[in-house]
Amino acid sequence: MSSELVGRLEQRAGRRLDRTALRILAIEALGPLTALAGVVWAIAQPYRITFLHPEGKGFYDFLVQPPLLVIGVGAFFSLVIARGLLRDLREDDGPAG
Amino acid sequence: MAPQAEIVHWLFASGLLLLGLILLAEAIVGPAVWGRRRWRPYVWPSLAFALGVLLWPVAVFFTSSTLHMLAHTLWAEVAMASGAVQLALARGKLSSRWWSLTLAATMAASGAAFLIHEQNGWLFARSAFLHHAIGWTLLVAAIFPVLSAFQPRKAVWRAGFAVTWITIAVLLYSDRDLAPIFGHLSDRAGGQP
Repeated sequence: MSSELVGRLEQRAGRRLDRTALRILAIEALGPLTALAGVVWAIAQPYRITFLHPEGKGFYDFLVQPPLLVIGVGAFFSLVIARGLLRDLREDDGPAG
Repeated sequence: MAPQAEIVHWLFASGLLLLGLILLAEAIVGPAVWGRRRWRPYVWPSLAFALGVLLWPVAVFFTSSTLHMLAHTLWAEVAMASGAVQLALARGKLSSRWWSLTLAATMAASGAAFLIHEQNGWLFARSAFLHHAIGWTLLVAAIFPVLSAFQPRKAVWRAGFAVTWITIAVLLYSDRDLAPIFGHLSDRAGGQP
C-alpha cells in the first residue's frame, strides 16, 4: 500500500518536473524566436535595412525599421526579463521548490 | 523633426510586442514564480502606463484630423487607466479580481475607436485595412480579461490576452503611410484608377 503511494507521488513529481522543463524551454525560446522573426523579416525585405543602401536616408530610416526593432525587442526580453525568470523557475524546480 | 506616422506606429508596435512577450511569460510561469521578484509584477502595468503617456505627444503633434486626435487621446487615456489599475493591483491597493474587467472595457473602447475613426472600407489602403483588423481584434479579444475575471487560475485566458498584444504589434509593424493591401489601393488614396 505504501509503495503504491510512493509510486503515485513519484509519478506526480515526474509530471511536475516535465511541466517545469516545458516552461523553462518556452521562456528560453521566446526571446530568440522573436529575434529570429526579425532576422527572417530582414532577409525577406532587405530594403528595410537602410545600412545596406544609406544614400539619402535620415536618422529614423537607419534605426527605426521593423526588423531591427523586432530583433531588439527579442534581445531585450531575453536579457532583462527571461534571464531572471529562468533562474527563479530553476529554483522552483529544485528540491526546496 | 517629427518622424513619419508609420515610424511612430512601428515604435509603438515594439512597445506592444514587448508587452505581449512579458504577459506571455507571466502566463507560462504562473503568478507564483512571476511574483518571486518584487519588481516583476510592476513591469507590464508600468509599460502600459508609459505607452499611454507616450501617446499624448502623438495626440498633440499628429493632428491630421480631429478624429485622429480624439482617437489618439482616447488610446492614451485608456492605456494609462489600464496601467494605473494594474499597478494598484500589483501594489495591493486594489484586490478584487473583478478589476480585470477594466481591461476588457478599455480594450473594447480602443477597438471601437479604431473602427469609428476609420472612415474608409477594408481595401481602401493598407492603413484602412489595419484599422479595421486591429479594431475587430481588440473587440473580440476583450473577452479574455472577462474570462480571466471568472476563471483567474486559467493560464489560457492570460495567454490569449498576451497573444492579442503580439498580434496587434504584428499588425502595427505592417503599417505603411501609403501602401496597397492584397493588391488593392483606392485611386482616391493615390493608386492607379
